[in-house]
Amino acid sequence: MLLSANPLEGLEQQIVFGIASGSIYASLALALVLIYRAMEAINFAQGEMATFSTFIAWMLMTTFQWSFWITFPLVVVLSFVGGVALERVVIRPVERAPILTMILVTLGLFSIFNGLSGLIWGYTIRTFPSPFPVSPISLGGVAIGFQDLGLIGVSLLLLFLIYLFFSRTKLGLMMRASALYPQSSRLLGVRVGWMLALGWGLSAAVGAVSGMMVAPVLSLDPNLMQSVLLFAFTAAVLGGIENPFGAVIGGIVVGVLLALVGTYVPHAEDLRLVFGFIVIVLVLLFRPAGLVGRAHVTRV
Amino acid sequence: MALLELQDVVASYGSRRALHGVSLIVEEGSIVAMLGANGAGKTTTLRAITGLVKVQGAIRFDGRSIAGRPTEEIARLGIAHVPEGRGTMSQLSVLENLQMGACLRRDPKAVRQDIDRVYGYFPWMKSRLEQPAALLSGGEQQMLAIARAMMMRPRLLLLDEPSLGLAPIVVRGIFKIIETINSEQGVTIMLVEQNARIALKSADSAYVLEVGAVAVSGLARELARDESVRKSYLGY
Repeated sequence: MLLSANPLEGLEQQIVFGIASGSIYASLALALVLIYRAMEAINFAQGEMATFSTFIAWMLMTTFQWSFWITFPLVVVLSFVGGVALERVVIRPVERAPILTMILVTLGLFSIFNGLSGLIWGYTIRTFPSPFPVSPISLGGVAIGFQDLGLIGVSLLLLFLIYLFFSRTKLGLMMRASALYPQSSRLLGVRVGWMLALGWGLSAAVGAVSGMMVAPVLSLDPNLMQSVLLFAFTAAVLGGIENPFGAVIGGIVVGVLLALVGTYVPHAEDLRLVFGFIVIVLVLLFRPAGLVGRAHVTRV
Repeated sequence: MALLELQDVVASYGSRRALHGVSLIVEEGSIVAMLGANGAGKTTTLRAITGLVKVQGAIRFDGRSIAGRPTEEIARLGIAHVPEGRGTMSQLSVLENLQMGACLRRDPKAVRQDIDRVYGYFPWMKSRLEQPAALLSGGEQQMLAIARAMMMRPRLLLLDEPSLGLAPIVVRGIFKIIETINSEQGVTIMLVEQNARIALKSADSAYVLEVGAVAVSGLARELARDESVRKSYLGY
């Protein structure tokens, strides 16, 4: 399982492992939140789409011998375009359908992308080259791998870019308005359907980053992102499903908790999935808006 | 010249027909009031114009047929519609609401000038730009909705019950602004109102709707003077 830590090492070390693996949950949780804000539904195919993107990156790097730093931006752009196209072709016909229909469509996409990855690239487990050096550095007695630092850095950078995009750009504002107030936005001339498509593109791109970050750690196969998706979902619910900051904080909290549970609770490896569900249930029971989310204010 | 023309427009919600053939003309540069009781089809007429309800019949804007076009494309032709409930984007800030009004414009300099002009009309707005629109009072939300529509630089402004739920003094202020927008910026205005008395004061011409069709129409001041019209349709 993900970054399983050596139980003999100290608490600080566990926390560092936890933050690093939590960053992976955080980046996929960001993708989930982006879609949720656009259409108020969870995209269950988010993880499988990310896996598919990661396989494309793997193919470019192994078959064509491209370097990671050329492959990475190209795959991000391809995933964005793919996400937009997917929304136009698959989601658009059910845009006005009940939420349940939408969720079932994303479950269908889950199977399709999982099957496609297996069909094209097979079920063999592949190694995925890491962009970061393997040697760890020592900070105050705690060993931190460049890999871990890279994961944390990439997640924070993603969050920062998404924040800038939504708060500082006109397009970001138009996407927020279209998601929350589709009719008002249409009356102002906004092509709301395209805004939703851009949201899919954006989240597919973020998912691709997440996949390319996790693959060097977990090794690549068609089921790469399935456990990640569950914990990303836990992270998103924990942080507040509409809140990108919450997603990142939730991801890191879930990562650290899992590392601690894995170290100090006997047989915890088997309980990790259960643990994810327990967190979801507790949050929904006691703080449905999430740790960072807030209830909406209205004055009537 | 007629900026907007409706000819035998029929609209339904499901099987219930709301408009039974409405015909009307809005002259460029004028203020037109649409009056009538609850359920007479006033709101539906506005929704028909901006494509928010399916219609049969002809709707022409500036000589072009717009019936059956998507709402966002109709808006892009220069029709701003402040809908029932004001369309306030309550989680967005006041400034973001204004920016959304101008989101399709590519003349940032003129947009900034227009925002300044909005502060001229509504001085209170300037100090509350960062507040979420949800915290505004009803009258302030109505003003914000009109300001947001003005940011589109529309040729035609459709207002659905600008007086709804507001104190009389606020209503007078809002109608004054509506007249200013019309006279200073040459924006043609079509407004739906239950408050016939104040609407007829501002309007050039008026249509009275009854059960989904035009019952009476004419110049606003003549309708206001005609006692039988006032008694039987306008209730004052």
